Amino acid sequence: MASRRGAGLGQAGDSLEKYSVLLPTYNERENLPIIVWLLIKYLGESEYNYEIIIIDDGSPDGTLEVAKQLQNIYGKDTILLRPREKKLGLGTAYVHGMQHATGNFIVIMDADLSHHPKFIPEFIRKQKEGNFDIVSGTRYKGNGGVYGWDLKRKIISRGANFLTQILLRPGASDLTGSFRLYKKDVLQKLVEKCVSKGYVFQMEMIVRARQLNYSIGEVPISFVDRVYGESKLGGSEIISFAKGLLTLFATT
Amino acid sequence: MTKLMEWLAAAALLGAAWLTLSFDLLGLSLPEPWRRLVWPLPVYLLLIFGCYALATVGFRVATLRDCEDAARELQEQIREARKDLSRRGLTF
Repeated sequence: MASRRGAGLGQAGDSLEKYSVLLPTYNERENLPIIVWLLIKYLGESEYNYEIIIIDDGSPDGTLEVAKQLQNIYGKDTILLRPREKKLGLGTAYVHGMQHATGNFIVIMDADLSHHPKFIPEFIRKQKEGNFDIVSGTRYKGNGGVYGWDLKRKIISRGANFLTQILLRPGASDLTGSFRLYKKDVLQKLVEKCVSKGYVFQMEMIVRARQLNYSIGEVPISFVDRVYGESKLGGSEIISFAKGLLTLFATT
Repeated sequence: MTKLMEWLAAAALLGAAWLTLSFDLLGLSLPEPWRRLVWPLPVYLLLIFGCYALATVGFRVATLRDCEDAARELQEQIREARKDLSRRGLTF
């Protein structure tokens, strides 16, 4: 349960604060309307200023077409479309999205429904509580957890996380999760510094944050593995993760 | 200093201490029971670390929470969202 302790902090400034949610998509035609609906439900209820920026990387399944329909329903101020021609990677998607973001806070999350928007108000409360530079969702603390993982998947994740904690001591319990809230300037600086791709990119963001002495708050989240579409964790992901881990070990 | 350098520095320090004690490079002439303890110490430490790692990962795998309730709630909300969005004219 979220603590209400810090709720009084910064309330006077609430009207000045705005949260830009970045949603990079690739073939999320099924999931996008649901995630947008949920975002509007929870952010609308919480009365924060917000906008949703959809960055579609030329999905062949017509994700962009659905996004346009959503824009017609919810308005151009709430839903911004910043499509790109082809798949260009997560880091550049954030840069691209941020260029058009008018919020002073950025929320990044997956559009595949594994990250539930109901946690965003908790992220915001947490951020206010300690004036954190970053608030990271964690599956591995408190009421956090996962759904849809078999034993093998759990062992790989927990093993990889343990190894990473030992080698990098990053000061956050969930490194490969990508459900986070950043101060905008902090995210800008971090993205400039990060070079990795895929799972390792999220990990590098937290490791570099540590290096730059940014403060990190954590909120337990439940992670419901992809409802539509396929979840990916194969041999090649493990190898690229290991390579990335060693690179960070040697360079940070 | 990178994490790699930190590890190398720590390993060098421990390695030097172990070499000094087990080959008695400083002429401390430690009592025999001490020397019998120091000689295989690196292996003991590795075994202890291995056990710690296995126990920790095992415990964490066993206690990783399964969010059945979150999955159910999401399924319900997906149905609700589809109904509401269709009503607003969205074609899936």
